[in-house]
Amino acid sequence: MSTTPWWAAEDVWKKLAIWVTALMFVALIFLTMDSLQQISVGSERVPAYTVINKRVSYVFDEERNYQIPVIGDDAPLFAERLSEDEAEAVVTHGKKIIQGRNCMNCHTLLGNGAYYAPDLTKSWLDQAWGAEAAREQLMLQFLMDPEGNARTFGTGRKMPNQHLSEEEAKAVIAFLKWMSSIDTNGFPYNFKQIPQEG
Amino acid sequence: MSTVGVINLDNLNGGQRLAVKYFTVAVVLFAAQILFGMLAGLQYLYPDLLRGVLDFNVNRMVHINAMVVWMLYGFIGAIYWLLEDESGTEVVGLRLGEIGFYILTAAVTVVVLVFLLVQWGPGTDTTLWFINEGREYIEAPRWADIGIVAVLLVFFYNVAATFMKGRFTGIGGVIVLDLVALAGLYLAGMFYTTNISLDQYWWWWVIHLWVEATWEVLVGAIMAYGLMRTLGVRRKIVTTWLYIEVALMFGAGILGLGHHYFWIGTPQYWFGIGGLFSALEPVPLVAMVVHAVYDSGVHKMKNSNHPALAWLIAHAFGNFFGAGVWGFMHTLPQINLYTHGTQWSASHGHLAFFGAYATINIAFFYFAIQKARGNVWMSGGMPGDWRWKWSLALLNIGVWGMTIAMLVAGYDQSQIERAINGSSWMGYFAAQSNVWFVQAMNWRMVFGWITAAGTVLLIWDLMALGRGETRKAPVYLDEIEPDRVSGEPAPGPA
Repeated sequence: MSTTPWWAAEDVWKKLAIWVTALMFVALIFLTMDSLQQISVGSERVPAYTVINKRVSYVFDEERNYQIPVIGDDAPLFAERLSEDEAEAVVTHGKKIIQGRNCMNCHTLLGNGAYYAPDLTKSWLDQAWGAEAAREQLMLQFLMDPEGNARTFGTGRKMPNQHLSEEEAKAVIAFLKWMSSIDTNGFPYNFKQIPQEG
Repeated sequence: MSTVGVINLDNLNGGQRLAVKYFTVAVVLFAAQILFGMLAGLQYLYPDLLRGVLDFNVNRMVHINAMVVWMLYGFIGAIYWLLEDESGTEVVGLRLGEIGFYILTAAVTVVVLVFLLVQWGPGTDTTLWFINEGREYIEAPRWADIGIVAVLLVFFYNVAATFMKGRFTGIGGVIVLDLVALAGLYLAGMFYTTNISLDQYWWWWVIHLWVEATWEVLVGAIMAYGLMRTLGVRRKIVTTWLYIEVALMFGAGILGLGHHYFWIGTPQYWFGIGGLFSALEPVPLVAMVVHAVYDSGVHKMKNSNHPALAWLIAHAFGNFFGAGVWGFMHTLPQINLYTHGTQWSASHGHLAFFGAYATINIAFFYFAIQKARGNVWMSGGMPGDWRWKWSLALLNIGVWGMTIAMLVAGYDQSQIERAINGSSWMGYFAAQSNVWFVQAMNWRMVFGWITAAGTVLLIWDLMALGRGETRKAPVYLDEIEPDRVSGEPAPGPA
């Protein structure tokens, strides 16, 4: 009966399964420790929340061969310069609103979510806002009355009114501006950004 | 002794009676998944449908959450189903398990009602704790998360302690270790952070390491039991295959997690790691197809439950194509750059969840009704056997059709939205209003109706199959018993 070759033996595969799983898990732990450091807020890849006080643009990088976010001069959101704590508070409020309103079951953020509405990763930089000077007001108006300001390009899909107060809409915009500054390795690709002034 | 052909829960052991409860709720949630999926699909075609009452985000949330939860109910049920058989002893804490079932079901009901009736809340912690956490697939508010973990711990205790009291088979060992990982990983999704890169990093630990690692291993173990039950495959063979699958699945799937870390802010080394390991993820799925087909061939397809075996085979192929091929198609970063977050993902998601998980759960529903009716005949020549064959066909054709339609829509998006129009808001709508996309969404709906018809037929069949049948099922289990414990032929009667 014991003619089973070693490579077909139950016991060999049992040990292999345990060792492979353990090895891969340990590798994942090490990679995770490094990744968490590289994506902490204030790192090169994920800028500090105070980036909402600055101009954010998306520039083609010759070396990496795709667009990367570039932090520019002072350009406080709604002309209000915020301290580190204030910026964190407003971006946090923005994200909690986005979670509480279930935005991700229509939109994608960083490409994850549902596909019924546009990706929001670089929405702050989208050319649909026309000009940098008008962008903040247009975003505010849109978020406070998305049905009245809908542009659906023939699809008929309109964002439902989320009943956001002005303060809430501003917090959402702060979050979106901060998110646009994250280095997402060139995603979304070939992005057409808002015309740059100056 | 009860009559063959009549549903009588006395035909079942304690674990199996509890399993039937789980299966029943699973079927109800399956129907809810289809209903809300249909509503969401219709909203692509008629955007004003139920506007302001049940908006797309609500329908879609219920659609995907009903799916996750019914599959978990199916898995828990399947494990309770095989627990006493495998361990050779009674479930140690059956009463506790029953209480857990009712608590979980009450919690799920409350969560769904809140999703449907309250829908959203202000941007506060209270919303995240009591209404909606707003994170795809794990939208359940935090109170429910804690409840789910508590109930899962009860379930884990029952499984581990029962195996420890009785026999610890290979299948039992894999299930217990896998449940540790499953429960542990859920914790990775139970905290709030503003840093969305960090948020997504841990979110994928739950989503990917569940769906592409621990769930796959779990269905591998359930499949092993299923092949023994239907075909009478020898334990030693299914156990060895199970270990091979675990080695390959975790070997590829754990670091395969990296294919979700291309674009969320994480470092570039994930391109190589995620691309390589996720490209290997189909390998164990090939092994599972070989295993299932080979065993069926060796046993000349002689089996004690035709519908269950058919669904097990559908699982082997569905898992390979849906999770394996459809996943591989867009897993490399060079391609994923154009496909991530488009209908490609939806196409892959539909075929993978159906092929890998819906199928095998349905196979267990058939085990359940067979035994509940006194181990009734479920092989050739059953009265009304057109029902299970047609529901199998309609469900598979329906899901495949939706998958292809969404793939066409995904190609449209990759080309028009991404490659040409640079992923802007206008690019998005240019792709969505393109004739290819619109036609694809119409076809998706046609196949959605076919899927719904298959579901209705399945539910009807589960209630009717075997009714009035007087023949007993043939037993192919004699081949299992000899090497059940030691792997050696059994000695004669003691």
